[in-house]
Amino acid sequence: MVALSERMSISTMQTTRRAPKSLSDAVFRWASFSSALLVLIVLAGILGSMVYGGWPAFREFGLGFVTSSVWNVGKEEFGAWVAIAGTLTSAVIALVIGVPISIGIAIFLTQLCPPWLKRPVATTVELLAAVPSIIYGMWGLFVFAPLFARFIQVPVSNLVEGLPIVGTVLYARVPSGVGLLTAGIILAIMIIPFIASITRDILDQIPTILRESAYGIGCTTWEVVRHVLLPQSGVSIIGAIMLGLGRALGETMAVTFVIGNANRLSLSLFDPSSTIASRIANEFNEASDLHLSALIALGCILFLVTFAVLVLARLLIARVRTQ
Amino acid sequence: MSEISHDDRQASAPAWGRVRRSRRLADRTLKIVCTVFTALGASVLGWILLMLLYEGGTALSLDVFTHVTPGPGTEGGGIANAIVGSLILTMLGIVVATPIGVLAGTYLAEYGKGSKLAEVIRFVNDVLLAAPSILIGLFVYTFMVPPLGGYSGWAGGVALAIIAIPVIVRTTEDMLRLVPGSLREAGAALGAPMSTVIVHVSWRAARAGMVTGILLATARIAGETAPLLFTALNNNFWFKPNLMGGVSNLPVMIYQFALAPYENWRSLAWAGALIITLSILALSVVARLLLKKDHAR
Amino acid sequence: MTSIAVTASNAIGNAAAADIHAPIRISVRNLNFFYGDFRSLKDISLDFCDRQVTALIGPSGCGKSTLLRTFNRIYSLYPEQRAQGEILLDGQNILSPSVDVNELRARVGMVFQKPTPFPMSIYDNISFGIRLYEKLSKADLDNRIEEALRKAALWDEVKDKLRQSGMGLSGGQQQRLCIARTIAQRPEVILLDEPTSALDPISTGKIEELIEQLRSEFTIVIVTHNMQQAARISQFTAFMYLGELVEFGPTNKMFMTPNKKQTQDYITGRFG
Repeated sequence: MVALSERMSISTMQTTRRAPKSLSDAVFRWASFSSALLVLIVLAGILGSMVYGGWPAFREFGLGFVTSSVWNVGKEEFGAWVAIAGTLTSAVIALVIGVPISIGIAIFLTQLCPPWLKRPVATTVELLAAVPSIIYGMWGLFVFAPLFARFIQVPVSNLVEGLPIVGTVLYARVPSGVGLLTAGIILAIMIIPFIASITRDILDQIPTILRESAYGIGCTTWEVVRHVLLPQSGVSIIGAIMLGLGRALGETMAVTFVIGNANRLSLSLFDPSSTIASRIANEFNEASDLHLSALIALGCILFLVTFAVLVLARLLIARVRTQ
Repeated sequence: MSEISHDDRQASAPAWGRVRRSRRLADRTLKIVCTVFTALGASVLGWILLMLLYEGGTALSLDVFTHVTPGPGTEGGGIANAIVGSLILTMLGIVVATPIGVLAGTYLAEYGKGSKLAEVIRFVNDVLLAAPSILIGLFVYTFMVPPLGGYSGWAGGVALAIIAIPVIVRTTEDMLRLVPGSLREAGAALGAPMSTVIVHVSWRAARAGMVTGILLATARIAGETAPLLFTALNNNFWFKPNLMGGVSNLPVMIYQFALAPYENWRSLAWAGALIITLSILALSVVARLLLKKDHAR
Repeated sequence: MTSIAVTASNAIGNAAAADIHAPIRISVRNLNFFYGDFRSLKDISLDFCDRQVTALIGPSGCGKSTLLRTFNRIYSLYPEQRAQGEILLDGQNILSPSVDVNELRARVGMVFQKPTPFPMSIYDNISFGIRLYEKLSKADLDNRIEEALRKAALWDEVKDKLRQSGMGLSGGQQQRLCIARTIAQRPEVILLDEPTSALDPISTGKIEELIEQLRSEFTIVIVTHNMQQAARISQFTAFMYLGELVEFGPTNKMFMTPNKKQTQDYITGRFG
């Protein structure tokens, strides 16, 4: 009897001890699950708020909102085309300049760099990504643009003046240094660390033995990279580039500093322009009513474009994980 | 061994020198171009730092840290209110983001194995990681600024938190995945419930990496400007204790002052730029060192 | 243990006897090798004969792979690794800085532990290496590729899908593709680094047959952890232990009447 009651008391002790634990277990699980769900809610919230806030502008202008290049705050006429064109052009310029440099850096770090230099160089490149956007803007406007005007814009404009096509595309009416090309160059610098570090991870994941067997048939480093390593990484590198594109499309502060914020369409890469993000940053705090809605509608377009690009990027990269 | 090594048994040798010059040239070009590109990238960082040290260094004085931002066209003043405002907003952002990010990352790594929903959340988190921060500012504006009756530090903090969360989720998940499964099993074998195993075994084992993630998130949001433009804004005064109305902060102050036509404002913008960049770079380096030290055991 | 010895001695019957008067292709003189400060090869000296298969055997970490990797200087991809001494290929010291390593590697082909098809078609996997060093007409190139694939006993299996990716082949086929790729360059020496360690027994058998046939044209050096394989396919065997060359000689002598007790112990499975 004594033994039995003793055993019973032990078992009740155990259940009373276990009850709060299983409760805390459930609470913990629930809390982490809802935190994870919050990530989805944020994405839905961004999309919802853009559609909701931009709705008056979409309703007012319809499809013309995307195709019209008129942006007149006084007359309440809003068309996104100039900003869309500026966003796409500056991002493409950034890729044209940034991608070869990024891949070059990744090749240097994985194939050419002596071991002792690897960490300092890799850290330096990664720190480029840590510099705030606004600092790039100041560097671009106060340091880079004057040099760019003097050593590139003026000589090139003089050289191409009057020529067909290049005489338009590379001619600066006012060689101030700011404009689409300057924005593209600054964006290129800003996306380099991202593309370079992912490309480096991708190249690092290629089995050593494949690289050795390419050298083993007498390839030079160039041939190993060109015919074996880059094809082997395949679409992952495209994914890395798309990720850079996503960054370039949505970058705001640096671009706002150096693009010149013009509202008209120009065919010259040296002329001021604007991007979706720079226009929102510039005008949002003075906007109201339809103007405000038009700016949020711009944001909605930016969201859809970057979202599509980033989704594609992630699908292509197939997630480079630290193992 | 000696029986097979006679000098007269030397095999005949075909001629050397078959590598074409074009191949050597291509190879050398690749090596030079890649090295130059790397040097170019690294020198941009150096150039920016030199610019900040020069411009910001000449603008630094004790007043910068002790006085509030001056009015347009006036002399003197400092950026004390912007520095403190930035600290508060960043802190607010990280305090909100850390529990959410850590728990969400824990869910993905510990509970969500093989679950479709976890797969989707992981994917969306990766997309948010690179989403334009200005859109997050717009989002927070629409649900916090008009409803709360105006700009506030709270809205700014939430906007920064939304930017920090994906960073923390990703690093937490990655670091927890590095914890060996046997460690978890050993914990569970003692009869500990899963939450206890996670908190006392997994988190402890992954601690350095998780802290690194939080530090990197802090570095990321400390310099964010775009999301604060429409949420915390900026002004030239000390903010109210309830954080309502604008809260002065370094990034937006730098943006407004750098583009202003007043010499005094510009020089304060440089001082702010130097302070914020050095802080962020220092934070990033410390975060990396922490992780490296942990990996070296 | 006895049974292993018996199998080994039976197996020796399969390989042709060593030709101890064959000309010397590679001659190693006082070779030392360093990983950083660690000396992993100690004063190695030995000769490799033309059109003979030489097997390098020994327990893991004995330096047999390291030795193999000096013959095409593939180790020089890693700055912390260096070799000291002389390796004469047809009388030319290949460790001399004046030697072009890329060309050396075209002369001394290598096949690795795992199949390593390049990310291109079967045809291009082979033509790639040829075109690095020779300019051939389309017809000549086609002939060379067919010849290489036939020698690698792969032609019948792939002749209808030359334009397909090399990654789509089975493991054994991929390894034979890598051998075809190597012999298509017409190297003087072929290095095989445990070429069958990732393959099933049937694929292994095919590769071994192939090595026996290739011997009529090439000098072959093979690293293997499988002593029966060494006995089956090689004419000469070098036994290495802790970075030193313990014993070297004709394979049948090594397996029947080794000079050193260490060799005997290893061959009969007493250690390693």
